[in-house]
Amino acid sequence: MDERAETSTPPIAAARPRHSLGEFVGRLAKIEGAAIALVLILLLVLFMFTAPRAFTGYRIYMSFLATVPPPMIIALGLTLVATAGEMDLSFPSIVAFSSYVFSALYQNYELTWLAFAAALLTGSVLGFANGLIVTQLGIPSLIATLATLFLWGGLVTVVSNGVSVAIPEIVNETIHTIFVGRIGVFPVQILWAFGMVVLIWFILHRHRFGEAILFIGDNPRVARVVGIATNLEKVKLFTLMGVLSAFAGVLLTMETNTYFSSQGMGYLLIVIASVFIGGTSIFGGSGMVIGTMIGALIVAIIEAGLVASGIRGFWTQFFIGVVFIVSVTMNTAIADPDKVPLLKRLRSRARN
Amino acid sequence: MTSSPLVRFENIGKNYGKIVSLKNITLEIGANEIVGLIGDNGAGKSTLIKVLTGVETPTSGNLYIHGRKINTAGYNVRRAHELRLETVYQDSSLGEKQPLWRNFFVGRPITNWLGFIDVKAEKKIAEHIMRTAIGFRSAGISVDTPVSHLSGGERQGVAIGRAMHFDSDLIILDEPTVALALKEVQKVLDFIRSIKAGGRSCIYIEHNIHHIHEVCDRLIILDRGELALDTPTSAMTYPELSEFLLSLHTPTSGAN
Repeated sequence: MDERAETSTPPIAAARPRHSLGEFVGRLAKIEGAAIALVLILLLVLFMFTAPRAFTGYRIYMSFLATVPPPMIIALGLTLVATAGEMDLSFPSIVAFSSYVFSALYQNYELTWLAFAAALLTGSVLGFANGLIVTQLGIPSLIATLATLFLWGGLVTVVSNGVSVAIPEIVNETIHTIFVGRIGVFPVQILWAFGMVVLIWFILHRHRFGEAILFIGDNPRVARVVGIATNLEKVKLFTLMGVLSAFAGVLLTMETNTYFSSQGMGYLLIVIASVFIGGTSIFGGSGMVIGTMIGALIVAIIEAGLVASGIRGFWTQFFIGVVFIVSVTMNTAIADPDKVPLLKRLRSRARN
Repeated sequence: MTSSPLVRFENIGKNYGKIVSLKNITLEIGANEIVGLIGDNGAGKSTLIKVLTGVETPTSGNLYIHGRKINTAGYNVRRAHELRLETVYQDSSLGEKQPLWRNFFVGRPITNWLGFIDVKAEKKIAEHIMRTAIGFRSAGISVDTPVSHLSGGERQGVAIGRAMHFDSDLIILDEPTVALALKEVQKVLDFIRSIKAGGRSCIYIEHNIHHIHEVCDRLIILDRGELALDTPTSAMTYPELSEFLLSLHTPTSGAN
């Protein structure tokens, strides 16, 4: 949809004289992720003033290119889930579970690729179970996955006896180099994350599965009438979400060389924030993959930037909350200003 | 219409428990025929359509489609699609936030073997159908326009155009003009004429008999589950039709 905006805009712009700046901004805003990319740039500029030493060097960027891939990959999955009008809150526990499976298999049997495969399988089974609970028990996904957040989280704590698993030797393995190694100072995992951005974009905008997701989120009744097997597609969706969460879990474990049972819990807020800061509709039926990618970068930059600016770390969550509300409002207003009651009132007053 | 009719109902009956919804209905829909289906709420219009499209199984009687007897027990919505019957519902056939081209192909996209959609081809065909078969002239509408930007009449046009493109032999329109402005109604009537021009048949369910009289070749009136009238439109003027309908409403006037 965004490339339509790019291809169709030039001839129109050439055909008639330039109008107002507002029109230009309006058209720019229609390109996927453009508005939110502006927010990212503003934040970067802001932090360059408040923390010049950190933000003009490359180190801080390399640091968050190393830490942002796991939440970004989960957020990509959640973008699809939210586009279908559903929610998944259980991913922190799937991160922990798959991370435990990977660490335990590596520690006990020195398995690497098989451990990786087992971790992804774990994620797909847990995601599949989420899908079944949502479609077969008919529990709304927000509640169902809140329950499985506890369920899978509790289960992995029991299985692991609540102790953490350290796997420092993993850094000598090929799998470590391939997934979280460094090219010079550049962290490899961000390439995997960008690869996933491309893959998920194509799934949502160019694949029949993505089309099913769009229509289910838009109007489930229409989706059924046009012949989409809504339950089947939802189960596939939650399974994919599980696999992506598991992949993120393995990346995290390899980067930090440890598993612990509350691993992934820190992602709950920032992943959800990334998706909706990025402009995916909170009402379903429209998803912004590029927006999610930028949203994840914004959240990471806020975390790093505040600390580097000498503001106490406690403020991080507060600040993410502020950006969350501002971005969601902005995204809603870009789609339809009348959907924001405050703006609607101001506009109608301005007209009179 | 001497060849076998597109659809033939033969003594079709349908009971819901003790409630008789359809009584011994026998009628035919011919090829390239626009048939108006009229009747009060509860007259059996929707039941008749549900039987035809496989949503409901008739209690008695036989159903023939393309001259072949349908085994009603194994008949369902999917089969009806395969037999090229398409229903356009009032408000539940289009995804509002999705562009027109997606709405056109959703459920049966043009894909490669990996399931990736050929967007260019879909847009091209959608464009073609919109300009020719349906005759969308409005300059503001392109295949990229989200359905939410279309008027009620234009939405019906998209749904009808979709049905025509997918080679439906019979398109069933379930009260397509409800809640539409007069100008929009005219558009829908034009779409119905384009169904006729496209060589297909249509069952047009409508409350407003004026619209029906304007575009239909034949009129079918159901009354309390029974066939009250089946006549070519040319055999009845509009005043005669409305008089006939009024006579049905007179409570048991001539009874014994």
